[in-house]
Order: sequence, then C-alpha cells, then structure tokens
Amino acid sequence: MPGIVVQAEPFDMGERLNRFAARQENAGAVVSFCGIVRDVAGGGLQAMEIEHFPGMTEKALSGIAGQAMARWSLKDAFILHRYGRMGQGETIMMVATAARHRGDAFAAAEFLMDYLKSRAPFWKKEFTADGAAWVAARDEDEEALSRWSSGG
Amino acid sequence: MIELRYFAWVRERVGTGHETVETEAATVGALIEELKGRGEGHAFAFSDPGAIRAAVDQELAGPDTPIAGAREVAFFPPMTGG
Repeated sequence: MPGIVVQAEPFDMGERLNRFAARQENAGAVVSFCGIVRDVAGGGLQAMEIEHFPGMTEKALSGIAGQAMARWSLKDAFILHRYGRMGQGETIMMVATAARHRGDAFAAAEFLMDYLKSRAPFWKKEFTADGAAWVAARDEDEEALSRWSSGG
Repeated sequence: MIELRYFAWVRERVGTGHETVETEAATVGALIEELKGRGEGHAFAFSDPGAIRAAVDQELAGPDTPIAGAREVAFFPPMTGG
C-alpha cells in the first residue's frame, strides 16, 4: 500500500526518505522529489498558504498513487503534501518511489508529480506586500498530463 | 437537498465555504447555471464556467456529470498542488 500523508506541520525530507527506503525489500532504486516554497517572480514573498479539500485530498492522492503502482513495476510509493501557511524555503511536499530498476522509479515519480499538480485538490495563495493572490494553474501543467495518456 | 462546498477563490467570491440548496438541475453544468442566480457573489464566482472545476461526492466531474443521487458537489478553481 502506498503511503499517503496530508499534514500542516513541516517535515524532514531526509528522515522521511530514509524511512521509506528502509522499509523496502529488494528495491534497487529509490527516486524522490521535494517541492519547496520559492519567491514570487518580482521578489517579496511573505508567505504561502495552501488550502485543500479534506477527505477528497487523501482519496485523490491514493488514486494517483494506485495508478502509478498499476502502470509501472513499483515496489512502493509515498506522497506527503502539506497545507496551511508556510514560508519561503520551506518544504511543501514530497514524493518517493521504489522499484527494482531506476527507469520505473523515475517515470513513476514524474507521473505522480504531473498528476498531483493538477488533479489533487490543493490551491496555493501567495502573500506579498501588495496583498494576497491565488496562484493560477499553468497550461504547461495540464499539457504535462497529456503525455501519460498517449501511451508514453 | 444537496450539499455544496466551495474552495479557494470560488469560496471567497461566493462568500461561504458551504451551503445546502434545493436544485432542479440534472448535471453539474446545469447546477452552475442555476447557482448564478443565487446572488451577486454567486454570479461573480460562476461568471466563467470554463474556469471552474467540480467534484461530485469527492470525484472529479465535468459539466455533463449527472448529480442525481449525489450527496455533495464541490466547486473550485483549477488545482495548483505540488
């Protein structure tokens, strides 16, 4: 069963990754990705706030992880995503995949990222001196999904 | 009676995160058209239905998704996780 964690608290990505790797048996490859709060284009980000849909969030993440497990030869997968207020440089989320070989682990990690960006119910809001603004979804994020449906 | 949930700027524009309504609508798209008439905030939130995403009983849904028998419909902007 893939691990799914949705929490407000900060997390230690090294500790999470070690724990994930330690529970694998005979996985030759572990791949991870971690998302971090970056500054806005013009600078001056004071905070980021992430809203989510409790209940649906966990279901959506489990569904996405389940799709990855079915599609690639994965031993295991892990998704952690935070919500609430966080500052620049803080970790927002991470995914990890484990497989016998790196190809499956890399591809599945990218798939998880592409899907959860635009198919898991999270919404980011950025706070600057000018006020607060919801982050708009990017067309590239939607396009990134299409490569997974064309058999790629 | 159906439970409605709103998130992010849809919630802010409507002015509440949650309400219960009586509806005649058969689909998500028809429900959006109906909600536009509920007040200024609703009209603002749903002025561009193409910018709205929906979930019926916590499953992502499109404008043609039927809502008969659904307990809850949620409306929100395109998601920005990751």
